[in-house]
Amino acid sequence: MAFNYDEYLRTDKMPTLWCWGCGDGVILKSVIRAIEKCGWDMDKVCVVSGIGCSGRFSSYINCNTVHTTHGRTVAYATGIKLANPDAHVICVAGDGDGLAIGGNHTIHGCRRNIDINFILINNFIYGLTNSQISPTTPQGMWCVSAQYGNIDPTFDACRLAEGAGATFVARETMLDPKKLEKVLVAGFQHKGFSFFDIMSNCHVNLGRKNKMGDAMQNLAWIDSITINKKKYDELSEAEQLNKFPTGILKQVEAPEYCELYDKVIEAAQNKKKITQDDFEKKI
Amino acid sequence: MANTKANQTRVVWDGNMAAAQALRQAQVDVVAAYPITPSTPIVQNYSQFVADGNANDGEFVMVESEHSAMSACVGASAGGGRVATATSSQGYALMVEVLYQASGMRLPIIMNVVNRALASPLNIHGDHSDMYLGRDAGWINLCAYSPQEVYDLNFIAFKTGEDLNVRLPVAINQDGFLTSHTAEVVEHFSDEDAFGFIGSYVGKNPMLDGENPVTYGAQTEGEWHFEHKMRQNHALVNSLDTIRANFKKYAEFSGREYHPVETYLTDDAEEIIVCMGSVFGTTQITVDQLRASGRKVGLVGIRVWRPFPKEDLAAAIKNAKSIAALDRSCPMGTTGALYNEVAAVLVENGMSKNLLNYIYGLGGRDTTTEHLSGIFSDLKACSDAGKRTKPVVQTINLRGKMLSFY
Repeated sequence: MAFNYDEYLRTDKMPTLWCWGCGDGVILKSVIRAIEKCGWDMDKVCVVSGIGCSGRFSSYINCNTVHTTHGRTVAYATGIKLANPDAHVICVAGDGDGLAIGGNHTIHGCRRNIDINFILINNFIYGLTNSQISPTTPQGMWCVSAQYGNIDPTFDACRLAEGAGATFVARETMLDPKKLEKVLVAGFQHKGFSFFDIMSNCHVNLGRKNKMGDAMQNLAWIDSITINKKKYDELSEAEQLNKFPTGILKQVEAPEYCELYDKVIEAAQNKKKITQDDFEKKI
Repeated sequence: MANTKANQTRVVWDGNMAAAQALRQAQVDVVAAYPITPSTPIVQNYSQFVADGNANDGEFVMVESEHSAMSACVGASAGGGRVATATSSQGYALMVEVLYQASGMRLPIIMNVVNRALASPLNIHGDHSDMYLGRDAGWINLCAYSPQEVYDLNFIAFKTGEDLNVRLPVAINQDGFLTSHTAEVVEHFSDEDAFGFIGSYVGKNPMLDGENPVTYGAQTEGEWHFEHKMRQNHALVNSLDTIRANFKKYAEFSGREYHPVETYLTDDAEEIIVCMGSVFGTTQITVDQLRASGRKVGLVGIRVWRPFPKEDLAAAIKNAKSIAALDRSCPMGTTGALYNEVAAVLVENGMSKNLLNYIYGLGGRDTTTEHLSGIFSDLKACSDAGKRTKPVVQTINLRGKMLSFY
């Protein structure tokens, strides 16, 4: 039987405001299926979105939702998670949202390893405001705010998350919703900060300026720049230069922030102090 | 205008294009910005001019947040350049910390603010919440009611803010969508004439003068902070004289005359609406309609929101019996900010009039001639009764229960 999305969606908000052919809907559906696979009670799920096309997530999914300010999803979500450690908290942010204006929150969420699932919908552009460069817009691409071509170096979002201390880091594209769903399930079930760089298309505001004006051309480009991690590892350094590996790139165990915070509560209640002896890593 | 100094060409521009063209003609050195609806087209248009080689070597920088945008403007301005940006709403809110830096450092940055509601709830449409948020930030605030006025006031802004007797940042406010995205006829100057009016930027204590190192934003604490702020306020209050002088010069130059307070048929008016923004035009039509049926009604528009033109307002409303102050921002716990200004002017001048406060247009809610006509009816009832007949704070075009306060 076909999956019934209706009970997970605010159907009165349909149709979405997303452009025809936008990948955001595919990602929304994958997230819903992953939630179902995890067996989560929607009353225990909180979706926190920022500003931009991805921000509409919180309008469409039928659970606890917060539509926050630009770039601050992790800050809001940190408060939500600390106050409700049993809640399943999912942040949804765009590449401008999560890496530019909110880049600081993203790295500190990773550093604390708080049990939040951070979904970065990476379409390589500011789409909602009609085509300005984001921290992932490839160099040499054109957009309205870089009409000679973009010179700004780009972030590799996953490397940023790994470096900042996220304990689960994965990259997928919206081209393979089944695989995306599987990776989302793995991340959702991981205890700690789960970072997903999900590449998606914006044929309207990136594509049209860069000779991929329809969705299929934009998707073909995403397909051409991504490669499975296993195959990626077999490539030479020169071949790796213009490819992004997909799949689960990092998964390690480390103390989760809400659990660490319990130690503060315990120490306070027992009139004790936490010391460096409580940690294996001292510096 | 045959008798004006500048040759002018008639075009069709919206408020955003009018602002962008003014920045180009002002030969701005640096525009640092971050996109936000509905002001994005200002910087987008400007980036197009840069790309086309039409921006007189101006630099356009897209940074990673509005906080960074205003910070970059502060840096560029302290470095000794002519600097401008544009923003709206949440972007303005994020800039607020740096707005105080810009004014405290006496940096004449020019910012076009396309007024939009503040979240939450999230809303991209026009109201004056952002303008009111920055009310005490020490910026000169001008209000444009149409694309033509956006264009004109940008030149007033550069000429005033950069005046060595002023040296203060200037915001030019326009209504989100109603002005920013509505195309109207605009008369513009040639590039030479436009630049000639404001002239080259004259710096003061630029940081890039390596022979004479300076410090901006030094810590003062208890011993000097108070003096700094009051001297800054002195400059802001007195900038009204410079604004007034520049309005006169601009009238000679362009044939379009502006005043700190704009008046329409107020001399014999018994009932007056005081407002800001694009609602001025709608109220003008309402006044004409009511005048046709013999009603003595008039209109006052605040052109200079900061420094507030108290004397001009007192003169404009002195003959009225009843006044309505319109605020396009939720007053949150008191009366509206414009109402408070009008009330203060009445008290300072020993004038006793019926004064009502109307909250309108939040989040882009429509305000029509019928609504404004209704306000004039309320005012007439007050005039006839010789006293205020309604609670002070009223709402226009609010759905559900009509709320009123005080």
